[in-house]
Amino acid sequence: MGAFHSNPAEQTYRDLAEKTGFSVEQIWILHNRFKQLSHDEEMLRRDDFKAIPDLACNPIRSQIIEAFFDQRNFQTNSDGTAHEIGFEEFLTVMSYFRPPSLNMTQEEKEDLRRAKLRFLFNMHDTDNDGTITLEEYRHVVEELLSRSGAIGQETAKGITDAAMLEVASTSVGHMGPDDVYEGITFEHFLKILKGIEIESRMHIRFLNMDTTVLCK
Amino acid sequence: MTSRAMTLAGLFLLLLTPGTGGSQVPGTDGAGDHGGPHGLDGHGANATNKAFPVLSFDYKHVQMPFEISLWVLLASLMKLGFHLIPRLSSIVPESCLLIVVGLLVGGLIRVVGEDPPILGSQLFFLCLLPPIILDAGYFLPIRPFTENVGTILMFAVVGTLWNAFFVGGLLYGVCQLEGTHLGRVDLMACLLFGSIISAVDPVAVLAVFEEIHINELLHILVFGESLLNDAVTVVLYHLFEEFAAAGGVTIKDVFLGIVCFLVVALGGILVGAIYGVLAAFTSRFTSHTRVIEPLFVFLYSYMAYLSAEVFHLSGIMALIACGAVMRPYVEANISHKSHTTIKYFLKMWSSVSETLIFIFLGVSTVAGQHHWNWTFVICTVILCLVARVLGVVGLTFMINKFRIVKLTTKDQFIIAYGGLRGAIAFSLGYLLDKVHFPMRDMFLTAIITVIFFTVFVQGMTIRPLVDLLAVKKKQETKRSINEEIHTQFLDHLLTGIEDICGHYGHHHWKDKLNRFNKKYVKKCLIAGERSKEPQLIAFYHKMEMKQAIELVESGGGVKIPSAMPSTVSMQNIQPKKPTERALPQLSKSREEEIRKILRTNLQKTRQRLRSYNRHTLVADPYEDGWNDMFLKRRRVMELGKKLNNYLTVPAPAPDSPTMARARLASDPQAWSIKPKSDSIPTIQVDLASPQSPDSVNMVDEFNKPSKPTEAEEEEGLMMKAPSSSADQKERKRDKEDGVEQQRLARCLSDPGPTPLLIPWPAKHLVDWWDPRDVA
Repeated sequence: MGAFHSNPAEQTYRDLAEKTGFSVEQIWILHNRFKQLSHDEEMLRRDDFKAIPDLACNPIRSQIIEAFFDQRNFQTNSDGTAHEIGFEEFLTVMSYFRPPSLNMTQEEKEDLRRAKLRFLFNMHDTDNDGTITLEEYRHVVEELLSRSGAIGQETAKGITDAAMLEVASTSVGHMGPDDVYEGITFEHFLKILKGIEIESRMHIRFLNMDTTVLCK
Repeated sequence: MTSRAMTLAGLFLLLLTPGTGGSQVPGTDGAGDHGGPHGLDGHGANATNKAFPVLSFDYKHVQMPFEISLWVLLASLMKLGFHLIPRLSSIVPESCLLIVVGLLVGGLIRVVGEDPPILGSQLFFLCLLPPIILDAGYFLPIRPFTENVGTILMFAVVGTLWNAFFVGGLLYGVCQLEGTHLGRVDLMACLLFGSIISAVDPVAVLAVFEEIHINELLHILVFGESLLNDAVTVVLYHLFEEFAAAGGVTIKDVFLGIVCFLVVALGGILVGAIYGVLAAFTSRFTSHTRVIEPLFVFLYSYMAYLSAEVFHLSGIMALIACGAVMRPYVEANISHKSHTTIKYFLKMWSSVSETLIFIFLGVSTVAGQHHWNWTFVICTVILCLVARVLGVVGLTFMINKFRIVKLTTKDQFIIAYGGLRGAIAFSLGYLLDKVHFPMRDMFLTAIITVIFFTVFVQGMTIRPLVDLLAVKKKQETKRSINEEIHTQFLDHLLTGIEDICGHYGHHHWKDKLNRFNKKYVKKCLIAGERSKEPQLIAFYHKMEMKQAIELVESGGGVKIPSAMPSTVSMQNIQPKKPTERALPQLSKSREEEIRKILRTNLQKTRQRLRSYNRHTLVADPYEDGWNDMFLKRRRVMELGKKLNNYLTVPAPAPDSPTMARARLASDPQAWSIKPKSDSIPTIQVDLASPQSPDSVNMVDEFNKPSKPTEAEEEEGLMMKAPSSSADQKERKRDKEDGVEQQRLARCLSDPGPTPLLIPWPAKHLVDWWDPRDVA
């Protein structure tokens, strides 16, 4: 590995490792994958993602791709969408899927949980108004059911309404007949997903070995 | 019918078991007694002075089934008794109490002079064990099991091997010591004993862990281990039995042993999976014979077990595989009642089996011949404990390197402490051949001591220890639709990220398996439309059904545990559309007026009803029933206003005229008197304004034309002629919700005593009353 990198590159890797928490080997592997996807260019575009054949049968493909270009996930306090991303942004988005490390304090675990849930929230809240409205939620459910054939709009609507009702009931409790529940805020989102242990479920195993040659 | 078959099977098998006292072949003795009437016919010519026996006592020919039934009855009464005594069941686990009862009963039988029966291995393995395992396998929580399967396998295979060799080896060392008089026990026998005693027993684990409600992870780890170690136990047992008989062991034999293990385990799973697929396929065609659906589930599973036992494969693993494979497909095919039947029959059988097993353990302790050897027994107990602790600690150290959610020390303690031994060890020991193993009695004594120790000491103390160590308990949260949506979303997201990263992790393979399942397997094994139903929708329908049934079963009672006591309803979450509203906004006073008018009208019609009945002398046996029904419906509707979480989809079938009539026809309380058309104003209220996305029409199933009262007409509430909009709605619904209709139709095809009501979000504006309540 030493022959491959010149010193400046290694330095960048180390900076990135410190910033995102990956190990240097993992960053090297991910960089290889980045170069593979972008055909050795500096920046990655949406079309490059769309060209991944395994991703074609994923029902929420477009939302995943959008998440990579969503500037809210770049940890730079900006929002909007980018047209193309560099390796650092790619790595930053990937870092949301790191498993929790062995010795984390309760506080760190809570922060990790919030960060991951924030990522999920951003994926649903496409217009960036801080709430997931009924329309946005309905879009999520429709996407999930999109690969399963024609089931009719009504059922998706029904499921969304039921889910929304549940959130409203658990979060707000009592509402008068004229109150309107605007949408799921981030705090409500945290509450309804309390049952799923996000910090241990939302992760993938980043290998220290390069297996990208085996996959397309 | 099945229980009779089981009893007969048990009868037959009991005959094969040595040691069951008092068993006699029914045929031979009965002949003599049955000769009576025939004999009389035979020599009718030489009629003797013997009087015709009016009352005779003939116990022998029913003795076998009588005794079996008596035992089962005793077991059930014991179980009943324990739960009636208030404090007892919270201190002492049931298994301990049952063993004590068994000891008492065995003692009693001994005192009487009879020979108490011993838990025969045939009876145990072929009759008592399968229901428990099937119950466990059918209801195995698949997701946590597959997520932890690596850990479970490590504990089951490596842990059991370690235990067996550790205990066996050290016991041999102890036996070789001078002064213990155990020199006769050779290495093979010790290793065999070690393999018998080292297996964690699923029955005991279930019995104890069921009561302490620990968190899902620990439960599945210990329980999964107890199920999967059967393969190891079977192989080791047969291996060492062969070696002990043969005398020597070579490297080739060891290698063959490993191959045998793989064959036993994988073969068992394969046999189970084949039978599971067969059962699923059969259930596809049972839509016309709903009554025997549960029978197929039980029969195929039992056949899987027996077929595996024929080849000495692991019967337990076959049973687990069969249950786990067939469940998703069978549940999609069978009716709701069959599902309930299967659940309750399995629970009932497994409960009875478990009780019988523990009682028989107690009785066998009294009945068996024992050879107590202090050194051997004490060493066994200590070595078992030490081996278990060391094994768990060592394995966890290795496993934690690969796990994301690490196992803490507390977890390790519970896993080690929960390694209970039970009746399987006893039965395996009982099977030993006395010729080859002259020290069999000593083994049995030691096995029983270990079982008693683990069940009594560990079983009783585990609950306070769990509380003391503050181990996480099972969370009684219900699955919510939000969690389901997000779990699925997360699965797809993680699969996508893995694809982007470029490595095929286990999400990728799981996704591939799911897609294969959906594309090919479901089409073959699930009948009709359900095969295409996505999981989310199936889940949603299940929740709908559950809530509707809960509502009906509570009978309009005060509280429903699942309903949120909130007043949030459909209109709160709909975005206020700025477009024009068909309904003018009513002020509060106007609303009150409308309500009052409706109520007075209702009172008037009710008064009219009463007078109508008295004058026309129509015998109305249902009148009391009507009042009750009316009140019940009122309460149900009030609850319906509160309960509107899941029931927002337009309720199809039960409200269509045909379906409702069918429902009423099966309802014993159905009114047969058809109301006159002109005397009653029937109002068909569109409960949801055009603002909300679901326009639900309540259909008056007698299809009266609407006659709105004057007051309502003024106010402009929406009244529609029921028939036309009902037809419209029907057509629209038929187009879209064929799936839902089929599902509900399937349920309604098992007509039940109570009609299935599916309430919907009620507008606060109108008090709904049931037009059917007036005649």
